[in-house]
Amino acid sequence: MEAAKELDKNALLALDYDREIEAIATRFKETVVRFRRRGAVVAVSGGVDSAVCCALAAHALGPQRVLALLLPERESSADSERLAMQVVDVLGVPYERKDITGALVALDCYERRDAAIRAVVPEYRDGWRNKLVITGGLSGQFNHFHIIVARPDGKRIERRLGLKEYLEIVAATNFKQRTRKNVEYHHADRLNYVVVGTPNRLEYDQGFFVKNGDGAADIKPIAHLYKTQVYGLARHMGLPREIVASIPTSDTYSLPQEQEDFYFALPYAQLDVALAYRDAGRSAAELAVALGVDQVAAARIYADIEAKRRTTRYLHEAPILMGGSETPCDTK
Amino acid sequence: MTSVRDCVKDYISENFLMGLKDGALTDDASFLDLGIIDSTGVIELIAFLEERYGIRVEDAEMTPDNLDSLDAIEQFIARKTFRRASSMTA
Repeated sequence: MEAAKELDKNALLALDYDREIEAIATRFKETVVRFRRRGAVVAVSGGVDSAVCCALAAHALGPQRVLALLLPERESSADSERLAMQVVDVLGVPYERKDITGALVALDCYERRDAAIRAVVPEYRDGWRNKLVITGGLSGQFNHFHIIVARPDGKRIERRLGLKEYLEIVAATNFKQRTRKNVEYHHADRLNYVVVGTPNRLEYDQGFFVKNGDGAADIKPIAHLYKTQVYGLARHMGLPREIVASIPTSDTYSLPQEQEDFYFALPYAQLDVALAYRDAGRSAAELAVALGVDQVAAARIYADIEAKRRTTRYLHEAPILMGGSETPCDTK
Repeated sequence: MTSVRDCVKDYISENFLMGLKDGALTDDASFLDLGIIDSTGVIELIAFLEERYGIRVEDAEMTPDNLDSLDAIEQFIARKTFRRASSMTA
C-alpha cells in the first residue's frame, strides 16, 4: 500500500530533467528571438526558483547574455544576498546590485504599512518585526489574514486583520515587488533584453504573486513545474547546496516567514501532490490516501486550492478592451 | 423592519454587484458557487454584519455554513443576537 502510494505520487511528479532543460532552453531562445531581444534579465533573490530560472537563461542564451540583478531592501534577510551571490558566481553571469530601500522610503512603503499595523496593534513600534499569515482554509473556514508582530524581547502579538488594514498592508508591501520589477525593466530596456519571471507552478496556479510586480515578465520558464520538480532541476543543474536545501520564504516581511504560513497553508511537497492529484482528476479520497490525512481534510485542501484559484483569477487577466474584441489590431 | 435577508441582499447587490441585477441571488444560493464573493469579499461582508448588527464574528465562525448564503446569514445573525440577548438577561 505504502509503496503503491509513493509510486503514484512519484509518477505524477516525475520529470526527465535533461529533456526538460533542453525543451525549456529551446523555447526560451525562440521566444527571445521572436521578441527581437538580445538577452535576459533575471532578479536573483537567493531562493531556488530564481536560481533555476537564471541557470536556465544562462543555459539557453549563454551566461554573457544574462544580467542577474540583486535587489535587496532593508528588511531582506542577509542570507538572501549571500545565496544570490553564490548563484551568480557559480553560473558566471554578469550582475548588478541595487538596494531599493531608498525608493521604498520615498514611496512611503514602510510608513504606510506600519500605520496600518498600528491601527490593529496600537503598541507596535518602529523596529518591531512583523508578518502576515493566512489562516482558515484548512479548518473549513473562509481564508482570512492575521498580523503577527514581535517585540524586541521576542514576545509575539497576533491579531485578525479587518479588510481595510489587510488591504493597506498588502498594498504597501506590494511596493517591494513592483519596485524590483521597475528596476528589472529598466535594465531590460537599456540592454534590449527580456525580463524573466520566476514563479513556479504552485505560485502561478494559486496566484501567489503581485500583479505587475513579480507577476510581470516576458518569459516564465518554470511556471509549469511543481516546486518538487524545481528543486530536482536545481540539484540536476548543480546549483549551490545551500539553495537546493533551502526552505521557501517570501522574504517580504521582517519576521521569518515560510511560504506555507503566509499563503499556501501546506508544505510545498504536500501541495505539489494535492495540485497534481487535483489536475489529474483524482478524488479527495485518493488524495487522503496519498497524503495520509482523512477525507475531510483532503476535501478541504481541494476546496482551498479552488478558493485561491477563484480569488486570484483577476491577477492573470490581461486588460479587458471595451470595444468587444480582445485584439485591437493584428499583432503578427 | 427590513429582514436580515433583505438587508444583506441589498448590501451585496449595491457593493459587490454595483447594482447589476443577478437573478441567481436567491435566498439559498451559495455566494461562492455564484462567484459573487471571494475571501476578501467575505471579510468585507463580516465587517458589514459586525457594524450593522453589533456583533463580533469569531474566527471559528467564519465558515460557509454561517456566511455563504442569505439564508445562512439570517440564521447566523439570529443565533448571535439571541445569544447576546440571553447573556444580557441572564
